[in-house]
Amino acid sequence: MGALNPNKTKTRMSNSTLLFIIAGIIFLVMYGIALLTFPLSFKQFQTFFDFFNLNAALFIVTLGMCIVMIGGGIDISVGAVCGLVTMACAVLLESGAGDIWDALFLSLGIGLAFGLMHGYLIAYLEIQPFIITLAGMFLAQGLLTTLHREPLNVTKPAFVALRSVRIEIPWLGTVNRLGVFIPCEIRPGVLVVVALVIIYAIMMKWSRFGRNLYSVGGNRQSARMLGINVKKTMFFSYVLCGLTAGISGFVFLITTGAGNIGNGSLFEMKAIAANVMGGILLNGGVGNLLGAPIGTLTLLTINELIRAAGVQSNLQAIVSGLLLYIFIMLQSIIMSLRDRKNFRLVLPSWLKLHRPVEGK
Amino acid sequence: MPRLKARFDRLSHLFLPLSVLVILLLINLIKGADYFKITMVNRVLYGNIPNILFGASELVILSIGMTLVTAAARGQDISIGESGAISSAIFVQYVLNAGEVTIWTILVGLLISCVAGIVIGAFNGTLVSFFNVQPMVATLILFLGGRSIAFIIDGKVSPILANPISNQIGTVIKGVPIQTPIILTAVFIVIVSVVLKVTNLRLYVEAVGINPNTARLNGINPKRVIFLTFLLMGICSAVAGFIAVNKVGRHDSVNLLKFIMMDAILAVALGGNSLSGGKFSITGSIIGAYTIEVLNRTLLRLEVNPEAIKAFKAVFIIILMVLASPVVRVYAKKVMDKAKAFVAGKAARQTGRLKKAVVSITDSSVKKEE
Repeated sequence: MGALNPNKTKTRMSNSTLLFIIAGIIFLVMYGIALLTFPLSFKQFQTFFDFFNLNAALFIVTLGMCIVMIGGGIDISVGAVCGLVTMACAVLLESGAGDIWDALFLSLGIGLAFGLMHGYLIAYLEIQPFIITLAGMFLAQGLLTTLHREPLNVTKPAFVALRSVRIEIPWLGTVNRLGVFIPCEIRPGVLVVVALVIIYAIMMKWSRFGRNLYSVGGNRQSARMLGINVKKTMFFSYVLCGLTAGISGFVFLITTGAGNIGNGSLFEMKAIAANVMGGILLNGGVGNLLGAPIGTLTLLTINELIRAAGVQSNLQAIVSGLLLYIFIMLQSIIMSLRDRKNFRLVLPSWLKLHRPVEGK
Repeated sequence: MPRLKARFDRLSHLFLPLSVLVILLLINLIKGADYFKITMVNRVLYGNIPNILFGASELVILSIGMTLVTAAARGQDISIGESGAISSAIFVQYVLNAGEVTIWTILVGLLISCVAGIVIGAFNGTLVSFFNVQPMVATLILFLGGRSIAFIIDGKVSPILANPISNQIGTVIKGVPIQTPIILTAVFIVIVSVVLKVTNLRLYVEAVGINPNTARLNGINPKRVIFLTFLLMGICSAVAGFIAVNKVGRHDSVNLLKFIMMDAILAVALGGNSLSGGKFSITGSIIGAYTIEVLNRTLLRLEVNPEAIKAFKAVFIIILMVLASPVVRVYAKKVMDKAKAFVAGKAARQTGRLKKAVVSITDSSVKKEE
């Protein structure tokens, strides 16, 4: 009987995949609504690419936060570290002491230093991650304001040349009113985003570190029973997050070209919101890394949609909060239905043949 | 003696925040000996200590609520500043539209703002307890949208509270030598401690925080307890918003209680409470809140560059958390035990050597006698 059962060979869909599919559907629905309401602007490919062009730093920060959240932790210092890196690089480039490579190494170094500090204190000294990363955030903000208070525009010619690099896609584009074909443009930051997404996705899916991180985030005790070095895994997750925040600071500088105190502020909250929309839970152990960029895209689509609809600026925050509320409720309801196993009701009836009959 | 030791053990979690507070006060004393000086100006006590008590009043009230939420829900509420801003906006609107302001107007306004705080707490609590959303994510919604709601309630301006009664609540009542926010905070603390003493709230919250499933098997409904803590959090934030708006005298929806959730969470952690739920100590949180205020004022008093204050604060927090971390504690205990064993061993060896000497002397004397 068991051999005849086709249901046996099928494995149950994991929570990560389910949440990822929900996130994907939500994004498609939101973008579909945007296409229907504002066809002229959202139909252009450039609008889609501009999400990446203008918010490359947010995408990168979200990736780092995603890794930490899968490991069951949280890092709220990422926004402040990103801001600190932009200002430090701007000061370095403006003072003439270094060129672009030095700035890149500086950004990586700052990110790595914060990551090492957080990782050591959280993983090996077992201090609560929220408090330590809060202290890291204060530290980064304090260093930022001590470095330079006023906005600092980088005028170094080599940097300006790097900033204004545009990669054109010849086969995609729009024809303007005069009949001239304008190809789509991509900024250099987008390449970094794509490269990081590919590297991290491969790492989380197939590398030993990625698989260890899922089990550590799911249940630390059983991960230790399986022989996983829990402390080392957590340590590396925070180091990676710090490093990613450093990279995001450099990308932010390439995007805006100026160091400013307000750079990267509230990125941590945006990143958490984006990850939640992308189906990555704060409890840890659940989530697909590709959910992070999809969640960010959903967040940006919502913001763009609200802005395009001409909602008053003070209502924008309320509307985006309301949409976040709806998504969180949706996720929660689907997950609880799944726990009660009522979720199978949508499956065709032949799958339900072998369900145990209760009460007999 | 064992009873005294047991009592000391029960209070041992207060050791960290109290010692930090003492160290900070000592630093202040070294900086200037007149730190504890209290002067009487217009029959009101002024000085550093009253100023600290005055400045930390909202933070203390919020950290009490945050302790309860953290203990039961195993997560933090990050929308407390926003919920305080919304409920105090409602309070200000009620007072401004009431016409003549009497003490009853203020009291009814406070009651209405408490109801608003309870509604906000119910919103967060429903998400956390009945829909199983993590507390930080659930309260992120209001964190993002709350200030705009307060701004719209305000009518897109920042209304001024200019009446004698709220002025007195914000500063001093005539004839009372202590500033009113200090008295209000003390009253609030007394009410909370009486509630914790009389009711089973502490037992239920700790049971749910340690293990919700066990609590459920023992007849406690964990969802209802978590929901209740969020309602209490709403009341706390409404009272804190009431004090803050009366202190300032006008309702600024953008800057009122801004980023105070970070300080409140820090106070809870400084007080020796675990941020992942379970047993809690309100006393520790209160001391932690006052410690943060003292730290802020100490940095100002030491004339630290205002740009670098946050960095110094961060270094201080990191050092503190490292000293309090379980690994360092275990290590310190090991070192202490080793030192004790070494001292004891040395003493034992010395006495042993003496005994040997005595034995040899007696032996030799015996031999001589032979």
